[in-house]
Amino acid sequence: MDVSMTVNGKGVSADVEPRTLLVDFVRDNLGLTGTNVGCDTSQCGACTVHMDGMAVKSCTVLAVQADGSDITTIEGMATNGQLHPMQQAFWDAHGLQCGFCTPGMIMASVKIADGNPGITDDDVRHGLEGNFCRCTGYENIVKAVKLGAAAMSGGQS
Amino acid sequence: MSRYMGTSVKRVEDPRFLQGQGKYVANLVLPNMAHAAVKRSPLAHATINSIDTSRAEALEGVIAVYTGKDLLEGTGGFKCGSLPCGWQVPDLNMPPHNPLAVDKVRHVGDGIVVVVAESPYIAEDALDLIDVDLEPLPAVVDGREAMADDAPLVHESADKNLSFHWPLGDEDAVNEALSNSDHVVELEFVNQRLIANAMEPRATAAEWDPATQSVTVWTTSQNPHTIRLLLGAFTLGIPEHKIRVISPDVGGGFGSKIFHYPEEVIIPFVARAVGRPVKWVASRSEAFVTDAQGRDHVTKAKLGVNDDGTMTALHVTTWANMGAYLSTFAPLIPTALYITLFAGVYKTPVIFGEAYGTFTNTVPVDAYRGAGRPEASYMLETMVDLAARKLEMDPVEFRRKNLIQADEFPYQTPVALVYDSGNYQALFDKIEGLSDYKSLRKEQEAARAEGRLVGVGFASCIEASGPAPSAAAVGLGAAIGLFESGAIRVHPTGKITVMTGSHSHGQGHETTFAQIVADEFGIDIEDVDIVHGDTDRVQYGVGTYGSRSAALGGSALVKSAEKIREKLKRIAAHQLEASVEDMVYDQDEGTISVAGSPDAVKTFAELAFASIVADNLPEGMEPGLEEMTFYDPSNFTFPASAHVAKIEIDRKTGEVDLQSYAAVDDVGNVINPMIVEGQILGGIVQGVGQALWEHGIYDEDGQLLSGSMLSYALPRADRFPSIAVDRIETPSPHNPLGVKGAGEMGTIAATAAVSSAVLDALAPLGVTHLNMPLTPEKLQRAIAAAGNGGGE
Repeated sequence: MDVSMTVNGKGVSADVEPRTLLVDFVRDNLGLTGTNVGCDTSQCGACTVHMDGMAVKSCTVLAVQADGSDITTIEGMATNGQLHPMQQAFWDAHGLQCGFCTPGMIMASVKIADGNPGITDDDVRHGLEGNFCRCTGYENIVKAVKLGAAAMSGGQS
Repeated sequence: MSRYMGTSVKRVEDPRFLQGQGKYVANLVLPNMAHAAVKRSPLAHATINSIDTSRAEALEGVIAVYTGKDLLEGTGGFKCGSLPCGWQVPDLNMPPHNPLAVDKVRHVGDGIVVVVAESPYIAEDALDLIDVDLEPLPAVVDGREAMADDAPLVHESADKNLSFHWPLGDEDAVNEALSNSDHVVELEFVNQRLIANAMEPRATAAEWDPATQSVTVWTTSQNPHTIRLLLGAFTLGIPEHKIRVISPDVGGGFGSKIFHYPEEVIIPFVARAVGRPVKWVASRSEAFVTDAQGRDHVTKAKLGVNDDGTMTALHVTTWANMGAYLSTFAPLIPTALYITLFAGVYKTPVIFGEAYGTFTNTVPVDAYRGAGRPEASYMLETMVDLAARKLEMDPVEFRRKNLIQADEFPYQTPVALVYDSGNYQALFDKIEGLSDYKSLRKEQEAARAEGRLVGVGFASCIEASGPAPSAAAVGLGAAIGLFESGAIRVHPTGKITVMTGSHSHGQGHETTFAQIVADEFGIDIEDVDIVHGDTDRVQYGVGTYGSRSAALGGSALVKSAEKIREKLKRIAAHQLEASVEDMVYDQDEGTISVAGSPDAVKTFAELAFASIVADNLPEGMEPGLEEMTFYDPSNFTFPASAHVAKIEIDRKTGEVDLQSYAAVDDVGNVINPMIVEGQILGGIVQGVGQALWEHGIYDEDGQLLSGSMLSYALPRADRFPSIAVDRIETPSPHNPLGVKGAGEMGTIAATAAVSSAVLDALAPLGVTHLNMPLTPEKLQRAIAAAGNGGGE
């Protein structure tokens, strides 16, 4: 089946099997391997991307369902070599260790932080309950998301 | 002196992870690459009557199909061997472990057939077209029941399921001391099966190069050199110098990626056989039934105490479930990493421990974060709590009464180890302050008066980290020494490439090792690059596990740096026409000058360049600037911890609310406080996972009931309060950095602390013990039973 979509601002199209998952399309067809696959039951959130402004688990979306949509992956977050404020916050707060959950964690965090500069610990912890991290114990991720949320709104909190 | 050591330098490796540029094995794309999938047993124990692969072979896009027999018979004189166990305790029963099952399958997930196809989707389709006729056999899943005379035999190569029996200590002396004690507390309990669940599933890729008759294997390993050694010596039939193993970015390990797995044999074999690069990536479902699992002990313990609160003797028997095959280091975990820790931070005068390792029809069990030491701590802290309760003493007061004193180091325990350094009283003082322990007890008292189930748990733990002095390790069963290597290559312009045998899969070595080396020379951290995880780029390595990297890998780099500094001093002395003894290396400035003549000075970069210009070197000196060290430690290091958890149990639902958690750890000197805190925090959350939620549950037929992230409850962000961490520092006296292991302490203490808190909350109901995980269902039943007039 033919699919066309915008990925990180660029138009892409391909002929894919109907069963092709969006995450496989992004990784294998487009070579954007920043989006990781951590499970096969939609629990872990490592594969989170943005689809038409929503954070979605790309292992649970078929490529054909994404036809015509606007997709952003972790590779689309930094602009002109400048990290997105949430990426910068994860770096500053030591919000990652092995780095495998990090792309999905950042994509999910950006959405829960968007327009919420004063986000609380509870908001962050509940907002990220669909994203597993086995390394950090979440403590520094919570700090990072709060920092990132403030930075995304221009530093006011 | 130092500019980077002890400071929270932001991690050098992070920008690539933050931007999705991590080089994980699953991301690897090679020209003309094919994809593999493995047909696995749906039964825990069965005879393989027949395998028909014809329908799979006929599927378009399938390149080749191989069975276990095909791998053993091989092609072109090239065949696979049995996966060995690298830890040989006395009288070890070690049956063969073929990469794919041949006559019998022994656990759900045991591999039977491998398919190579043009895409992962086609390979998966082909698995469904393979007909395997399995004759079910009765299964055994419990480590102690496996000892029964009528238990189904997992391996026919011996007449019983016992793999080993490992005793330590004077049992007669312990029995006598117990009979002379005022009280003996006894308990039988389970330390449940855990599944590591590193976020990155395992993956292996391989490419055969006919021109050089060599193979490159990319694999998600914590110790690529060990994998190369085992491939070369045992499993692949290709000489070691013709094998390159690369473990690039690895997404977490927690022990589960230490071991030599069947796919690391199968994938290079099929890559050579089909003449194309081949990649295999585990699904999470596969990971649940193929990654080595953790813990799974059944234990009976007896602790003697006197009326004054002193501990007199400890007797422990453990049945350790090894699963269906002996994983690479499996016998080590319930023996030398478990029983030798039974003294903990206490002065129990006589201790006896023994472990029976047994085979069952379950996934193999091996090291999982902490590896034996969390089991030891949980046992000991649980027994200590029981004893304190028996004597109606505050558990902290009871512990304080039995602590090894700060002036008693080095301390010889009754179970073989000599602790290097520590100050447990200081740990206790600090944790009582950080957790506000006395206030917590007052809050608990008030809550109890209202009928609420509030508990305060305390755990004080020891760890033997940084394995190990090679002679001691080999004496205990290691097949190879457990030293570590570190090489420093100084380039002509004064930039440095470090080759370390340690492997970073989240620990941040690219930062901490660069901090060490930059300070050794007084240069900028940006001028130091760390190379790890590639057997062709790194001389040799033992790898990362057992919280060993800083103490061993870091120390190897200090030693190599010392050698280079000595050479630099000789070059400088020669060029400045002074004596070597008068040379002073300024590690703040990165310069060498003549003592008393600060103008007679050479910079690090000038001397590095001079070493390769080589026209003006001391007589007989070789040009170049590169040194390597194999660092073999003289002892383990002994980090210690004291953690306090406060919980409340919902009487109706049985749900545990973790309300506060405080941790004070002593990991010796700290290279990077931010990274150490990160390790402790992550470890604590994993430890809480064991106490409250995680459980690899097998039914009596050997089916893993918690075989996905839907049913295996991993810790989530919303279940935790903010955790308070602090530390004291008693440097290890026997490594040049003064560091101790930091990677596992959190996990070792947290399981015991949270279990202690829950049991403390239930104590007024008369509940003496509940096995982990302390799930709502279990607690709700215990509360209901207590309400009906008694404990569980």
